[in-house]
Amino acid sequence: MRKKECVAMLLAGGQGSRLGILTQKVAKPAVPFGGKYRIIDFPLSNCHNSGIDTVGVLTQYKPLALNSYIGIGSAWDLDRKDGGVFVLPPYAREKEAEWYKGTADAIYQNINFLDMFNPSYVLILSGDHIYKMDYDKMLQFHKEKGADATIAVLEVSDEEASRFGIMNADEERRIFEFEEKPEKPKSNLASMGIYIFSWPVLRELLVADGKNAKSEHDFGKNIIPQMLEQGQKLYAYAFEGYWKDVGTLESFWEANMDILKLKPEFNIYDPNWRIYSVNPTRPPHYLGSGAKVERSVISEGCMVFGQVENSVIFPGVYIGAGANIKDSIIMPHAQIEGNVVIEKAIIGRKSILKEGCKIAGKFVARKQEIVVLAEKSVIPSSVVICESVMPGQKINDAAQKEN
Amino acid sequence: MQNVMGIINLNGDEKLLKEITECRPLAAVPFGGRYRVIDFVLSSMVNSGIENVGILLHDKYRSIMDHLRSGKEWDLARKSDGLFILPSGQPRLPGSKLGDVDNLYHNLDYLENSRQQYVLLSGSSMVCNINYRKAFKYHQDSGADITILYKEMAENEGEQAEGMSLILDDTGRMLDMSFVSKTLGVKRMSMDMYILKRELLIEFVKECKSVGDTNLIRDGFYKNRDKLKIYGFQYKGYFANIHSLQSYYKHNMELLKVDKWQDLFMKAGLVYTKVKDEAPAKYQESAKVANTMVANGCIVGGRVENSILFRGVKVHKGAYIKDSIIMQKCEIAENAIVENVICDKDVQITAGKWLKGEKNYPLFVEKGTVV
Repeated sequence: MRKKECVAMLLAGGQGSRLGILTQKVAKPAVPFGGKYRIIDFPLSNCHNSGIDTVGVLTQYKPLALNSYIGIGSAWDLDRKDGGVFVLPPYAREKEAEWYKGTADAIYQNINFLDMFNPSYVLILSGDHIYKMDYDKMLQFHKEKGADATIAVLEVSDEEASRFGIMNADEERRIFEFEEKPEKPKSNLASMGIYIFSWPVLRELLVADGKNAKSEHDFGKNIIPQMLEQGQKLYAYAFEGYWKDVGTLESFWEANMDILKLKPEFNIYDPNWRIYSVNPTRPPHYLGSGAKVERSVISEGCMVFGQVENSVIFPGVYIGAGANIKDSIIMPHAQIEGNVVIEKAIIGRKSILKEGCKIAGKFVARKQEIVVLAEKSVIPSSVVICESVMPGQKINDAAQKEN
Repeated sequence: MQNVMGIINLNGDEKLLKEITECRPLAAVPFGGRYRVIDFVLSSMVNSGIENVGILLHDKYRSIMDHLRSGKEWDLARKSDGLFILPSGQPRLPGSKLGDVDNLYHNLDYLENSRQQYVLLSGSSMVCNINYRKAFKYHQDSGADITILYKEMAENEGEQAEGMSLILDDTGRMLDMSFVSKTLGVKRMSMDMYILKRELLIEFVKECKSVGDTNLIRDGFYKNRDKLKIYGFQYKGYFANIHSLQSYYKHNMELLKVDKWQDLFMKAGLVYTKVKDEAPAKYQESAKVANTMVANGCIVGGRVENSILFRGVKVHKGAYIKDSIIMQKCEIAENAIVENVICDKDVQITAGKWLKGEKNYPLFVEKGTVV
């Protein structure tokens, strides 16, 4: 293999347990987003648009959907002779077989892979953020500063700062301190979980960390603090723009709603920074005479005869006449029959909602809760659902009928 | 079907569609919101299990080559077989008549080197989604030399009947073929798709070439109809023959009927096309859209009725589109009104303009025009 200047390592093994039903069958990066995409499309498209052509995707938790989605990487132009996309699951060695024990360990276990390309820099990404970012600019910054490591940071509000890893940096943006979720944050530069390391430096650290039985093998908890301790050059690269961690149901729902705004902070229609995804091969969608669609995105292959407001509709969804969908996310190939009412819900793929049923969350402290229906849920006619439906859960005809 | 190769002949008569085909062959004309006409026959072939397809180019072929590229979208980028681009030998001089015979003769090597025993030869003006397996089985069972696929047209569809009509006997054998145009009555319209042995096709091409004949169907097949066993195979699914601007308009609009939409796009198999990676279509607060087909990448803020929006169309607030076909990347500005209009790619209708055609005579706006 030819030497590469920069290789990206995408950490895609997380379970994303706070997403609950959405990640029961698939890893978090494979969760559908924005009417067409999966979460992993964003970092992979960023790689393509930033000119990075070699990406290792580290998988661990329920990788089937993710693996088959990535394929040979053609969707992101990553099917290359020299480089391309590589799916890297944990593997057994002569004496032991281990899972990835932490973010740093996942990279450590793939030192062979990185050595194959012998890059000057390694870009560490995670598969659970929605954002558009030119990694090349960050790499230029890293080079200009002559840094050992560069951490992408986002300015957050003071209230939010205590939920993040906070970087305290001087005027030159050199980081002198790192605090994980501080109670009294000294700055509001939050780590985005995106790092560029000079590979020889990181390689040495990983080898040492691998031998350290006390370490949690985590970039935030171990590698970064140790680098600070050793006085290595760490810089904070300020990112401006939309960035959303879709770690919880609430933030996942919000991020989906963010693309609906008239002047969205997050523009997915920019021809100069396309978000690539695997094409579903469906015809244009059809809106019938009785359809009424507002503030929504609708993807290919849908047939809409009802009302859709403030919602995200994935490919191949059928929405019958008289149905009313509001503030919701409808995953691919769901069948919504006539007169169904859906409010603030996430409907799993291939679910069937029979005539006249109603899905709407309860109000808790004047805020409506999000209802999630697992994939392939079947909701009988006229039933009212106000709580999430687990995979395989059978909904009784009469049980929840409105009194 | 691995024993069948496909050839799509782009050497059609395009004079009736001159506006849209000025810059592209008929096969590359945008159709159905996100496709080009060729996608339907090509996808049908691939979905039927054909793995070797030759595209017989004529002229103006930049756009079709840009569309097909390696054939990857149709799963035809292969090590052996796959997609073959077959250009014509000579540049066509104005007024000269080069037929498909010359074109095929120039690519005789491809025909001779292919390993399939049969050829499915198709024209490029047909829109349908067809499983060729049945037709091929019929061809083998009937012992025909040539099988012609046809579609029965009812009386009220007479106006569609522009092309060759087959006269068959009770066994399905073709007795004669005649050109019909706007004739009423039930007709068996040739779909310009033929199944025959590869060897036989090569023979025809050589024979025609040797006596200076130019048209394979007329001079090869039709002249020898008494010597050959030519059978007709009836296809019953969705079928549209694009032969004029009116028929182009009509058949696009037809897809706004749910059963036709499903027939063409879903029934026999999926239809592949060049992927553009557009985001899902977005409807703004002011959008009011009914009975319309909308492709990805559109941003709609205005009112749209009975229309087709191709990929990446922008309809601003206050604009009104009715009974129209708006191709890729057009932009309809505030308070513009567009009715019975076909906008070719990249057209911009500026604010407040009012464009109106007639149902039977849609107004055509050329590619890239700013109105």
